[in-house]
Amino acid sequence: MSDNRFKDHLGRPIVAVTGMGVITSLGQGLQDNWAALTAGTSGIHKITRFPTDGLSTRICGTVDFIDIPAPNSVERSYAFARETTIEALAQAGLSGDFDGPLFLAAPPIEPEWVDRFALADRAPPAQREADAYDRFLTAMRERPDPAFLEAVQFGSISERLADRFGTRGLPVTLSTACASGATAIQLGVEAIRQGRTDRALVAATDGSVSAEALIRFSLLSALSTQNDPPEKASKPFSKDRDGFVIAEGAATLVLESLESAIARGAKVLGVVKGLGEKADSFHRTRSSPDGGPAIATIRAALEDAGMTGTDIGYVNAHGTSTPENDKMEYGSMLAVFGDRLKEIPLSSNKSMIGHTLTAAGAVEAVFSLQTMLTGTLPPTINYNNHDPTIELDVVPNVKRDAQVSAVISNSFGFGGQNASLVLTAEPA
Amino acid sequence: MMKSDNDVVITGIGIVSCLGVGKEPHVSVLSGTEAIAPRVETERFAPYPVHPLPEIDWSTQISKRDQRQMENWQRLGVFSAGLALDDAGLKENAELCASMDMIVAAGGGERDIKVDTLIVDEGLKRNDREALLNEKLTTELRPTLFLAQLSNLLAGNISIVHKVTGSSRTFMGEEAAGISAIETAFHRIKSGQSTHTLAGGAFVAERADILLLVEGIRAHATGEWAPLWSRSPDNGGGMMMGSVGAFLVLESRAHATARGAHIYAVIDAIEGDRGNRDEGRLEKRLTRMAGLAGSVEDTVVFSGASGVVELSVREKTVLEQTLPGAAIRGYGGLAGHGMEAQFPLGLALAALSLDGATNVPAFDAKNERPMAKPAKRAVVTTVGYTRGEGLAALSADA
Repeated sequence: MSDNRFKDHLGRPIVAVTGMGVITSLGQGLQDNWAALTAGTSGIHKITRFPTDGLSTRICGTVDFIDIPAPNSVERSYAFARETTIEALAQAGLSGDFDGPLFLAAPPIEPEWVDRFALADRAPPAQREADAYDRFLTAMRERPDPAFLEAVQFGSISERLADRFGTRGLPVTLSTACASGATAIQLGVEAIRQGRTDRALVAATDGSVSAEALIRFSLLSALSTQNDPPEKASKPFSKDRDGFVIAEGAATLVLESLESAIARGAKVLGVVKGLGEKADSFHRTRSSPDGGPAIATIRAALEDAGMTGTDIGYVNAHGTSTPENDKMEYGSMLAVFGDRLKEIPLSSNKSMIGHTLTAAGAVEAVFSLQTMLTGTLPPTINYNNHDPTIELDVVPNVKRDAQVSAVISNSFGFGGQNASLVLTAEPA
Repeated sequence: MMKSDNDVVITGIGIVSCLGVGKEPHVSVLSGTEAIAPRVETERFAPYPVHPLPEIDWSTQISKRDQRQMENWQRLGVFSAGLALDDAGLKENAELCASMDMIVAAGGGERDIKVDTLIVDEGLKRNDREALLNEKLTTELRPTLFLAQLSNLLAGNISIVHKVTGSSRTFMGEEAAGISAIETAFHRIKSGQSTHTLAGGAFVAERADILLLVEGIRAHATGEWAPLWSRSPDNGGGMMMGSVGAFLVLESRAHATARGAHIYAVIDAIEGDRGNRDEGRLEKRLTRMAGLAGSVEDTVVFSGASGVVELSVREKTVLEQTLPGAAIRGYGGLAGHGMEAQFPLGLALAALSLDGATNVPAFDAKNERPMAKPAKRAVVTTVGYTRGEGLAALSADA
């Protein structure tokens, strides 16, 4: 029997979160992360994964404390997601086959340079210009390398997670750039609202920091070059912000219809009340100057939640620390919330963990839920230089106690990707 | 089948393969009296034959300025998406494009093979390879190339060029990405979460950097082209890649009817799955999925078999057992294996064939039986060359 307690304002099943797991440069697990995050600790450090001589950015928020069998993006991203999923399922009190669909946000991958060099070493010599891949093919034909293929297949990570956790059906692996984590949550919520499943496993992971990844973002002038000291580089909404800090991490959320969660006696950690998205057609890396799509995204999330701006008590900002994002995000929020905006506390987790890219939307959703569960707003650290064009209460530098019952979490990415989530505390 | 407002119907088809640009050359192949010999490029990537892109005038869909921001993979996707929008009569409808949802099945874009060659060649002479990387990548990489490589920038470019901005989601994971794209669009429309969605993908086979990946398990066929079911493990793995762009406009029946759109076909059911394939498990899954087909009478099966020899035989055996009497057409034999675009391509061909009530000629005359009369239903399959399986059941909009 369904009853109205389990339906939202549009008669759809309410979607609860019953398990969470997280890894960032601050550590493994929600407890350690939350302790560091609320203490204003930064996980940003000097890059040690590869030499940084000659690079303008030499800092990152990589995760270097999880054991992996081979140093590549697939192994790293899988290991992070495996660990956060183990944590989330334990919190949800689920064991055995998960028996629901898997939605995974994962980074696009390419062969590692060490593998290209290894192929070059065993390939015949150059015969003409720009023939590296023809030579690689000759080498591969002589001695196939299934491990090489597995490390470059976009489906490798979800395949392993599906096997490990017994998810059902064909897992979705997705990328909406820096909004990926939020999109994965959106897909999970949609599946439950469709009535196709009572539960969905949502994971977002990114272990793809390499020299080439860093240099690519660097060439687009997206990264902070304030290398010294590393922990001060990420300063969202500050006047002297100069780019984001590339980082890694993962998060997993167990989503369940509220009805099914209550029926099995699970503890409800929060509710995914509304989701919004709107693509931007302005430019490949820049947002529409008028913020139109971002505004539409935030409004769509509120509308989907059946709420208005006045219901929101805290904003978990995308807040990348790039000059452009923070200005655009502020403008969009101002358009939606009006004068009340400066009274709504808002902070950017990225001031401490950097930009976890593919994982960010899910990592920050976990922290948003934890904000409501603990009654503590994490700070925006490194906020020492007020930007007069951005009038926000960023919870500067020090955490704050505050009971909040509804949070909006924003994610905006290259390629015109915008997604916002409205998360609420457990229904009374 | 009873018509419902929330039926998922195909109202726009954008298709590019070695067979040609747009739906006309494909309809012509589907209604021909005998199989045609497809275009195959055997020299450029010898010993690997690939089905090349046909001649394309990109400018009919993409401005010169936007073309410069992309490489061929993104161009092909944006171009095919534009064809689908045109075909659905939506290209000039700013309002419906702005509210249109989008799911793109994507791999990654082209590498700069010159730069990669420069680096590995220099690396052969030096032992400080990591320093070399920093030195060369910072000076040689074109900043914009990153954007031409990023998976989600195919969708991003569709938003920019065609102004499709309702939502933008990019799925990855080889063939499974294409299956999930259609499956997700189907369920969203069926449940009222979306009224109209652009879904599809693109794949460029003429890339040594892509051939290298699948050669990790020696999946690619070598030598001359052979019909799909006639390939032998003596000539490589059996798979021949094809450059394919395939996009569909999917709508709820109510939405399509309200605007007077032409309905090519109805998607009745769709499912994706995966898992261990040993000891009959693949057969078990495919058999269960084939149950979606309902009636087996008047059915044509568009099989997306990759050509990988053992897998293709196993798939065909299941199809013959579970759908006896149905005509099977392995479309990868004509267009090549289009990876992320493979499943959308199968749906596009099935919809064209149902709509035109065509008697589809055998693509591999030795292994495919002729059709006595046009089919009223179609089944589309895709069995991923390493993992993932999908099946859709379609019917004519009688």
